[in-house]
Amino acid sequence: MSFEEIKLLLIEKFGEGVVVGEETTGLQPALLVAPDQITNVCLELRNNPKTYFDFLSSITGVDYGVEAGRFGVVYHLASIPYKTQLTLKISTENDRSLDNLPTFPSITPVYRTADWHEREAYDLFGIFFENHPDLRRILLPDDWDGFPLRKDYKAAEYYKGIKVD
Amino acid sequence: MTHPKYDTALNNYYKKIADAATEDMVLNMGPQHPSTHGVLRLELITDGEIVKEVIPHIGYLHRCFEKHAESLTYQQTIPFTDRLDYLASMNNSHAFVMGVERMMGIDKDIPKRVEYIRVLVCELNRIAAHLIAIGTYGIDIGAFTPFLWCFRDREHIMGMLEWASGSRMLYNYIWVGGVFYDLPVGFEERCAEFVTYFKPKMVELNELLTDNQVFISRTANVGVLPLDVAINYGCSGPMLRGSGLKWDLRRIDGYSVYPELEFEIPIGEGKMGAVGDCWDRYKVRVDEIEQSLKIVEQCLGRLQNELKRTTDFDPRSKMPRKITPKAQDYYVRCEGAKGELGFYFMADGKSEIPTRVKCRAPSFHNLSVLPELAKGVMIADLIAIVGSIDFVLGEVDR
Repeated sequence: MSFEEIKLLLIEKFGEGVVVGEETTGLQPALLVAPDQITNVCLELRNNPKTYFDFLSSITGVDYGVEAGRFGVVYHLASIPYKTQLTLKISTENDRSLDNLPTFPSITPVYRTADWHEREAYDLFGIFFENHPDLRRILLPDDWDGFPLRKDYKAAEYYKGIKVD
Repeated sequence: MTHPKYDTALNNYYKKIADAATEDMVLNMGPQHPSTHGVLRLELITDGEIVKEVIPHIGYLHRCFEKHAESLTYQQTIPFTDRLDYLASMNNSHAFVMGVERMMGIDKDIPKRVEYIRVLVCELNRIAAHLIAIGTYGIDIGAFTPFLWCFRDREHIMGMLEWASGSRMLYNYIWVGGVFYDLPVGFEERCAEFVTYFKPKMVELNELLTDNQVFISRTANVGVLPLDVAINYGCSGPMLRGSGLKWDLRRIDGYSVYPELEFEIPIGEGKMGAVGDCWDRYKVRVDEIEQSLKIVEQCLGRLQNELKRTTDFDPRSKMPRKITPKAQDYYVRCEGAKGELGFYFMADGKSEIPTRVKCRAPSFHNLSVLPELAKGVMIADLIAIVGSIDFVLGEVDR
């Protein structure tokens, strides 16, 4: 199924609002999806016999920079029977305060491999995933302060009272 | 001040461990346990000899690859990719370089000889990585000799790659637009000599380990991974093929010169037990070594005949002076030694430094299936399962 057909299929199933845009300038086109619909979209794409995106290659957290004030998540899906690939993107505006992390729905119920990937995005970007079974830090220690891959992250001078050079 | 809902999962975890400590036993395996192949800590909740739950703790080897990649140019990042899966460094740089070349639009201009050199060194490196997987798996189960044999043979490959690149394990050999240097004079002959030497050694290894009744008893029907679970957990490489799916990106995507080469894709057939057990995963790696040898032979054939070295051949001739891809996102995937290795680039079109690089490491996914595989197994079987996954912590933690 081509990129356009997938877009039409999703609009037919979930209504006009599900696709909020597309990026077709690069080598791989990407579909911008409404964040609250991402779990349903993934479930549909996985279960529909015409698309059958059964393999989740990766989940990437993205910080679009301090001026843009946006955080996003990029999903790379692959279909084993059809040998096709698809990129989905969701994003939301956020003020970067630690009280109010950017929040998206978790797709762990659809792909179990999303579990560790969402933990990684939470760990390094501070992106919170609603309904995730176990959203702890994964690569950094549990008591780490801040989210290192954010563009405004400053390396701490002290770690547990020890000066870091 | 952070919102209390962000700490819920952590508190639940502490509570689970505290509860388990009163009813069952909590046992730490690692981070310095030899069978974890690096610094992996497995927290086991056990009921006698039975493992009720495994909680993997990773990150001991986290070296901020993605943070580094955001502050260095593409070319400067290549040495860091070598340190991801440090047992198969060539395959990592190959994937990274291919992604950058496609973004630059120069992937079709790379000279054929360079492409064949790349595939040759990648396949040699894959053999070396699988030899470690097999050797250390033997030692996990209690067979010491295969480990020594595998390391003896791997040393030949290390020596050859050192000859070509100047480094034993972390090569920085494949560059954007070419390779560091042409192969040294006499490399092809030495490599052909190695292939002739190595083939009978594989037969010996099979006699010693693959068909060994003790080894089969320890691995057959242990840690069976059904295909649907493997796909849902994003497993790839020998892990997915061990579960019986013919899925090899060298064939599916047909990148580099792989479409011109002949090789087969071995899959798990359940010969000794169920499809997708530890023995199947092990056997897939053994068979893959044979296929890689076949590829190496074909590459050598081409490199010695129609793509013979000439005095005026410059492997750096297509190397771009300045690497600034136009503004776009690109996800490249290729078949590393452990499975689907992917890099996701976000370029802004102005800078030589990418705004975001994400590494999709195969071991990360393959390891995430461990809690599922290890439910209700014996502790001794857990060692067999961990060994059969064949992860490299450098890649898991990045």
